Amino acid sequence: MGKGKHAGAPDKLIVGGKRLDGRKFNELRPLTIKAGVIPNADGSCSLEMGETHIIVGVYGPREVFPRHMTLQDRAALECIYGMAAFSTSDRARPGPNRRSTEISKVITDALAPAIMLEKYPRTKIDVYIEVMNANAGTRTAAITAAAVALADAGIEMRDLVASVASGKVDDELVLDMFEPEDNFGSADIPLAMMPRKKEITLLQLDGELTKEEIKQLMEMSMKACEEIYEIQKAALKEKYRAGSESVEEETEDGTA
Amino acid sequence: MEQHKAHIIALLEKGKRHDGRDAMEYRPMSIELNPVHRANGSARVKIGNTEVIVGVKLDVDVPFPDTPEEGILMVNAELMPMANPDFEPGPPRPESIEISRVVDRGIRESGCIDFGKLCIKPKEKVWMVFVDIYPINDDGNLLDASAIAAVAALKNTVFPKYDEKEDMVLYKEHTKKKLELEFTPVLTTFGKVGGYLFADFDLLEQHSMDARLSLSSLPDGKIAAMQKGGTGTFTEEEVLNLVDLAIEKGKEVRKLLK
Repeated sequence: MGKGKHAGAPDKLIVGGKRLDGRKFNELRPLTIKAGVIPNADGSCSLEMGETHIIVGVYGPREVFPRHMTLQDRAALECIYGMAAFSTSDRARPGPNRRSTEISKVITDALAPAIMLEKYPRTKIDVYIEVMNANAGTRTAAITAAAVALADAGIEMRDLVASVASGKVDDELVLDMFEPEDNFGSADIPLAMMPRKKEITLLQLDGELTKEEIKQLMEMSMKACEEIYEIQKAALKEKYRAGSESVEEETEDGTA
Repeated sequence: MEQHKAHIIALLEKGKRHDGRDAMEYRPMSIELNPVHRANGSARVKIGNTEVIVGVKLDVDVPFPDTPEEGILMVNAELMPMANPDFEPGPPRPESIEISRVVDRGIRESGCIDFGKLCIKPKEKVWMVFVDIYPINDDGNLLDASAIAAVAALKNTVFPKYDEKEDMVLYKEHTKKKLELEFTPVLTTFGKVGGYLFADFDLLEQHSMDARLSLSSLPDGKIAAMQKGGTGTFTEEEVLNLVDLAIEKGKEVRKLLK
């Protein structure tokens, strides 16, 4: 998260009222979500937002390991966020670090309110998140994908969680920064919410903003979360629609 | 597992597998090239429900003192817990280190990479080739899927620009120079249970079998690396039989790696 001008920074991030990738200020990158991509997992999801690519596998509710994590009145939730060695410009050393550990924690806190953990006492739900290709916005994309994977696992939920970042770039307020904007912009707010009741479950800020700017950015992100929510729901419906079609095909073959 | 094992043996007596395959038949295999934008080369290989993504990254570093004019190959497998409920987060376990090392030897010992060509300045600067293996779903035979994906990724690796003055790799600037492989080694792994041999085991068969043998075969009919695993045993005759089969299967897989 560079603040000032760095070596390699483009002169301007907004040229003639447009962003370097041609998007409008309040426009998301192309978003595709697919549910049920890991046959071994109880639930899974692959998500691409621009060049950011995330894969999530959910296991559980299952036996608690390590056992001291057991909660008598609800399920333990553990999200682990990692980056593949080849997902960044310089090779990333595999294994957890301080950044990934913090992100794992805020992702867990962002998803927990949506999951009916009280329905599964003395069990554990594991959410494994891997960034396969990073181009900014990986924590928010991870939350969006993990919510779909949890629903795909059939775990009871109050709502999905949709997430996106917005921020300040060349004095303009923009949605869903891609890498040059993320590296050389001046402020960045990742936000997640449960769209049904507009409850915010993740909020961070890096950089200086006025109260009015914070208000505008939150509103822009919350509106975008509703767009993301529709794509999440469509991905879940698509998986089950695809599933029922193949069953029909089989019965047709069987009777033919 | 004992019932599965008895069932798998009973089928092999008739030359069949629990999913309908013949003993030496692979599951359907597909190779997708360069699915990872940030990698210098990458491949996604599916064998049945087993899926592996391999990415190659190139960096510049100081050579090892005993090979001052040769580049460096580093192979690493991350058995991600999302791929199999038996995988746990944490430092690499013996299983993942074995995969890394068997894939490494299949490539290194074959001589398909000319490490001398990876030298920039003797004793000072050489290219380091990182091969990172990430299984997405483990339905058995991760060894073959990993090795095939590693070779496919290496064959499609393009050098990033290296700024010699600044001693920096400019990952955003791609050159047209490819990391040429002199030829294509193919790893094939066979399982053994109740005295029967079979190729490309799935997870159910992997849990039931007594032993496995992996062989890295070359287009000229030589074998460059072997690894026996599991607590069971092989006879000399079985090993020699598998050498022939590995060469034959290697030819089939090599066609997909064009």
